[in-house]
Amino acid sequence: MNITDQIIEGKANLEIFCDTLIDLARKDSTIIAVTSDSRGSSRLIPFAEKYPEQIVEVGIAEQNIVGVAAGLASTGKKVFVSSPGCFLSTRSLEQIKNDVAYSDYPVNLVGISSGVSYGALGTTHHSLHDVAALRAIHNITIVVPADNFETRETIKTAAISNKPFYIRFGKKKMPHLHSGSDTFGIGKASTILEGNDVAIIACGETVFPAVEAAKILYNKGISTRVLSMHTIKPLDNISILKAAKECKAIIVVEEHSINGGLGEACATIILEAGLPVPFKRMGIPEEDTVTGSQMEVFNHYGISASGLCNEAEKLLRKV
Amino acid sequence: MKKYSDSELQQKSILYRLALLKYIKMAGAGHTGGDLSCVDILNVLYNDVLNVSPENFHDKNRDRYIQSKGHAVEILYVVLAERGFFPETDLETIGKYKSPYIGHPTRKVNGIEFNTGALGHGLAISSGIALAGKRDRAPYRVFTLIGDGELAEGSNWEAAMLAAHYKLDNLLAILDHNTLQITGRISEVCSPYPIDEKWKAFGWNVITADGHNILWLRKVLNEATNLKDKPTIIIANTIKGKGVSFMENDTRWHHRVPSDDEYKIAVKELETQLI
Ligand SMILES: Cc1ncc(C[n+]2csc(CCOP(=O)(O)OP(=O)(O)O)c2C)c(N)n1
Ligand SMILES: [Mg+2]
Repeated sequence: MNITDQIIEGKANLEIFCDTLIDLARKDSTIIAVTSDSRGSSRLIPFAEKYPEQIVEVGIAEQNIVGVAAGLASTGKKVFVSSPGCFLSTRSLEQIKNDVAYSDYPVNLVGISSGVSYGALGTTHHSLHDVAALRAIHNITIVVPADNFETRETIKTAAISNKPFYIRFGKKKMPHLHSGSDTFGIGKASTILEGNDVAIIACGETVFPAVEAAKILYNKGISTRVLSMHTIKPLDNISILKAAKECKAIIVVEEHSINGGLGEACATIILEAGLPVPFKRMGIPEEDTVTGSQMEVFNHYGISASGLCNEAEKLLRKV
Repeated sequence: MKKYSDSELQQKSILYRLALLKYIKMAGAGHTGGDLSCVDILNVLYNDVLNVSPENFHDKNRDRYIQSKGHAVEILYVVLAERGFFPETDLETIGKYKSPYIGHPTRKVNGIEFNTGALGHGLAISSGIALAGKRDRAPYRVFTLIGDGELAEGSNWEAAMLAAHYKLDNLLAILDHNTLQITGRISEVCSPYPIDEKWKAFGWNVITADGHNILWLRKVLNEATNLKDKPTIIIANTIKGKGVSFMENDTRWHHRVPSDDEYKIAVKELETQLI
C-alpha cells in the first residue's frame, strides 16, 4: 500500500477462516474442522451446517482435541482444529509436541481470539505465551496473519501442506493492508510500507497500529518501513537483516509477551549478524497484565500509533 | 496371514521373551517388566488379529496398532522384526548413537504409526483414527495398549468419553493390568479401581481376560470388534515380568536390566519352556 492510502475495514479473520474452509470443503471432502465447544466463537456454524459430516465436536477437552486431530490427520484428513489460542496452545502442549509435531502429521491448529482479544475476561483467556511455547517445538510453522488476505492465503497454504501449522488471530474486524496485486508466501514477510528511517516489524493485530504510526511519522518527515512478519517460524531472516542494514532503527511489536516472541526472535537474528542497530521490543511486559478492553490494553503498553511514534523518535535520537 | 496353532503361538511368546531379554541386555536399558507383561498380547495381535504387515503398511485400510504405553517399545521392536518389518539385526542398535531404535516408539521405525512414550496419548489418537474410519466407512479397526498406572492420566478419560459418544465400535483398547507401576501397586499409588465400573460408566463394553492365555486372547481379541455401537476395552490381567520367575510381580524390574548372572538364569528358565 501507499502511505497516503485510505484504509478500508474488512471482515474479522475468523469469518475469512470459515469462508475459506467452506471454499476448500466444496472441492475436498477430506477437509475436517474440529471444535471444542468452540464452533460459535470460531464462526464455524455456516461450515457445520453445510458440511455436517466434515466437522467433529469433541466437547471442552483441549488435550483430546489435539490427540484426536492427530489421529484424523494420520488417515489423510486435512484437519483444522479451532479453539481459543490460550487453551489450544498450551493446555494441549504435549499433544502438539508429540502427536502432531514429533509424529509429523499435518494438523492445522487455529488459535482463535488470541492475544488479548478477550480483553476484560483477563489473563486466563489471554494467549501471550502461545508463540513462545510453540517456537521451541520443532516441526511446526507459526503464522500470525494480519488481515483478511493473509488469513485466507495462510489457510489455503496450510490445507495443502503436509506439515503442522499453528495459525493465530483475534476476534475483531481487520483493515485491509494488502492491495490486489500482492503476493503471499509462508516464511516471507510482507512489506506493507516502504521506508528507510525506522522499520516496524509487526504481526497480526499490531500491523495496523504500525501503519498508523507510519502515517504520523511521515508527516514529521520520517519514513517508516512496515513489515507484516506473519510467519514467526520459519522466520524471514533475510527481510529482518535487510531492515537492520537499511534502516536506522528497528521496533518489533507483537500482541504477545515480550518474552519468547517475535521481538526476541528478531533480536537474535540481528545480534548474531553483528548489526549494531538501535532496537526495541514492544508487546506485553513481564507483569500482571493491565485489565481492560483489547484497545485499552494496547494503548496502555504503547501498542498504538502514538506509542510506536514515541518509541521510533526515541530510537532515532540515539542514532 | 499364516494361521498358527495355539501351541505354535505359545512357543513364539517364549522366543519373543528370549529375544527381548537379549536386546535389553545388549542395549543396557529397557522396560523389562512392562515388556514381559504384554508379550502375549502383542504376539496374538500381530500373529492372529491385526490386518497389518510390511506389505500393506501403507494401505489406508490396514488395521492400526497404537502403543500408548510406549515405554514397552522393546517388545514391539522384537515382534515387528519377527514379522518382517525390518531385519532383526537392526535391534543390535537399540539406544545407540543415531539409531532410530530409541527407547520409545517413533515413525522412523517401519511399522510404527505414532510417536508415543508420554503416557495418556494413545487413546485420543486411536479415537481420531477410529472416527475417521467411521466417517469413511472404512473396514479397518484400531487397537491401543494402555498401562494400568497410565489410567491416572486424565487425557484417557477425555478420549473415553469421546469414543463412547461417537460409538466407536471399531476401537479396541487393551489394558495391561499388571497391577504395578514404578512406585508400587497401582492400588496403593493412587488407585484407579474399580476399573471395570469406570469404563462401563463411560459407556464402554468391558471384557476381562487372562492376558497370558493365548487361547483366550485369540478368542477375545478377534471377537471384540464384532460388538456393535460401543468401543470395547479388554482388561487383560497380566503379571509384570511374566515368564522369568524372579522378575515376576516385582516393581524393581520396571526398568532394570539383568546382570550377567541374572541374564543366564532367565535364559535358562525360558529355554526349558521351549519344546
Ligand atoms: C506423561 C508421562 N509421565 C510419566 C512417564 C514416566 N513413566 C514411564 S513408565 C511409567 C509407569 C507406567 O506404569 P504402567 O502404566 O502401569 O505401565 P507398565 O506397568 O505396563 O509398565 C511412568 C510413570 C511417562 N512416560 N509419561
Ligand atoms: Mg502397570
